[in-house]
Amino acid sequence: MTAKAAIRAEGERLFAALVAAGAVPVETDLLQPAETLLDLYGEDIRARAYVTQDPVRGEMMLRPDFTVPVVQAHMAHGAEPARYAYLGEVFRKQDRGSGRASEYLQVGYEVFDRTAPEAADAEVFALFRDLLAGLSLRPVTGDIGILMAAVRGLETTDRRKAALLRHIWRPQRFKALLDRFAGRAAMPAARARLLEKLALGTPAQLIDEAGSFVGLRSPAEIAERAEALVADAATLPIRATEAALLYDLLTLEAPAAAALTHLRGITPMLPAIAPAVDRFAARLEALAARGVDVGALAFEASHGRTALEYYDGFVFSFHVEDLPPVASGGRYDALTAVLGAGAFIPAVGGVIRPELVAKLRGLA
Amino acid sequence: MIKIGVPSKGRLMQDCFDWFGTRGVTMRRVGADREYSGVIEGIDGVGLVLLSAGEIPRELAAGRIHLGVTGSDLVHEQLGSQAPEVVELARLGFGQADLIIAVPAVWIDVETVDDLDAAAAGFRAAHGHRLRIATKYHRLVRDFLQAQGVADYQLVDSLGATEGTVKNGTAEAIADITSSGETLRANHLRILSDGLIHSSEAVLWQSRLAPLTPGDREAVTRLAAALGVALA
Repeated sequence: MTAKAAIRAEGERLFAALVAAGAVPVETDLLQPAETLLDLYGEDIRARAYVTQDPVRGEMMLRPDFTVPVVQAHMAHGAEPARYAYLGEVFRKQDRGSGRASEYLQVGYEVFDRTAPEAADAEVFALFRDLLAGLSLRPVTGDIGILMAAVRGLETTDRRKAALLRHIWRPQRFKALLDRFAGRAAMPAARARLLEKLALGTPAQLIDEAGSFVGLRSPAEIAERAEALVADAATLPIRATEAALLYDLLTLEAPAAAALTHLRGITPMLPAIAPAVDRFAARLEALAARGVDVGALAFEASHGRTALEYYDGFVFSFHVEDLPPVASGGRYDALTAVLGAGAFIPAVGGVIRPELVAKLRGLA
Repeated sequence: MIKIGVPSKGRLMQDCFDWFGTRGVTMRRVGADREYSGVIEGIDGVGLVLLSAGEIPRELAAGRIHLGVTGSDLVHEQLGSQAPEVVELARLGFGQADLIIAVPAVWIDVETVDDLDAAAAGFRAAHGHRLRIATKYHRLVRDFLQAQGVADYQLVDSLGATEGTVKNGTAEAIADITSSGETLRANHLRILSDGLIHSSEAVLWQSRLAPLTPGDREAVTRLAAALGVALA
């Protein structure tokens, strides 16, 4: 059997196991409308996905992942609750010399279920653990929901919280903003100069003096942000104790059970995270009920923040040295609202790369 | 015979001819005015190929020319900033131009890339689409903005008169090459204080992929010696 055939056979074996577990097979198009993906992920995805031109349909992308089209299909005509399985190629541009495949199979499982999100999280994780048994993979978990709850609970302006939440999937930028809002980084010289200029008149005067008005961004929008900048400069930094808790949270890495104890310990000082920590506790119980040793399971609070997906809750991946993650997944409740045109359903899922499984089994 | 590709017209061609000429290597266009052929004198075993500056990166990467003169902006845009296909032999000190990001001068709240990012968030919320930046340098601009964590923007293709796109309502901001900034001012645009994406200038490049016979190697060495540049 050729390597490619062995990989496909491994993919079909995994897919059959997901179907046997109760999932409904689902197919999606290889060509996806670029606009939807660009609106979700931004221009950055152009560096990762293959874009092609259709004379009638406009810009299309070779499917960079399944989650978006599967969510769309479910939101359009799926019955609830639903469990889906899929198998097919995804396409990702790779860096020169990385040696990584730019075309590979994914086997995936997605759960849309309103009843017990934590039980669904545990169901997906345990199913993947069972499918990957014997490969000596190291699972890592995280929970972006706790981080988001911590940001929402900060005692600062809504504007600052919104800026932090918007960049939660761009850790460097998030850190730079937090450093500034917490007073750990000095105000950049360019911002100080800008504030000096803004002090010279009302926004309307300054816009008038700046020359001919061009562009779609209206004077009202410009004035609103100019006023917000002035107001923000007068805003007190996030309290040192509160900021310290957030920095601590960003770097929290511990076995899951110990992480829960730690989070319970800081909850009185950061009460806004209480519901998210309760969900974390419920998930650990559900995982333990499925035989996962939560006393050993790795937990990293920042795990999954650089992933392509818009994960906003539980995240997980299965690793082995010198290879990309063999499997990964997570909860993406917000994505269903974005793609559902008003409708919303809690959702969790993940993918396995059969090529890596076959390699580890010595088949390809 | 090794081939050297140089820009086929305009100021860039003339500056290039002058640069080689002062080093004893004479380049001339020959034939009718519209015919793109040239000769090179004062050096043996080297042929001159006149090409559009925008095609020179591709010809170097394909190994169809051994050496080439073109802007660093074009090479980095087309081949990437770490292109293994080419090696930079010399910066030639002409053709300087900066690839910059500019916004309407009336955006009194936007001074830096950081402000642009925040403005993009507000713009998208207000207008229902991402803030459009017109450019023809998609790769350089996207890499620059991605490295700084800018979100909620979209690049729209503009092959000419990019400075006019804002006034014409097809973009909110631009990323383009400028040498003096006059066109920007005339179109009511202002450069972000940290909006310099790439400082371009004419560079002499060597292709790593063009095949070389022993005779070709001697020609390259001879040419490098005449020009006073070190080979990689």
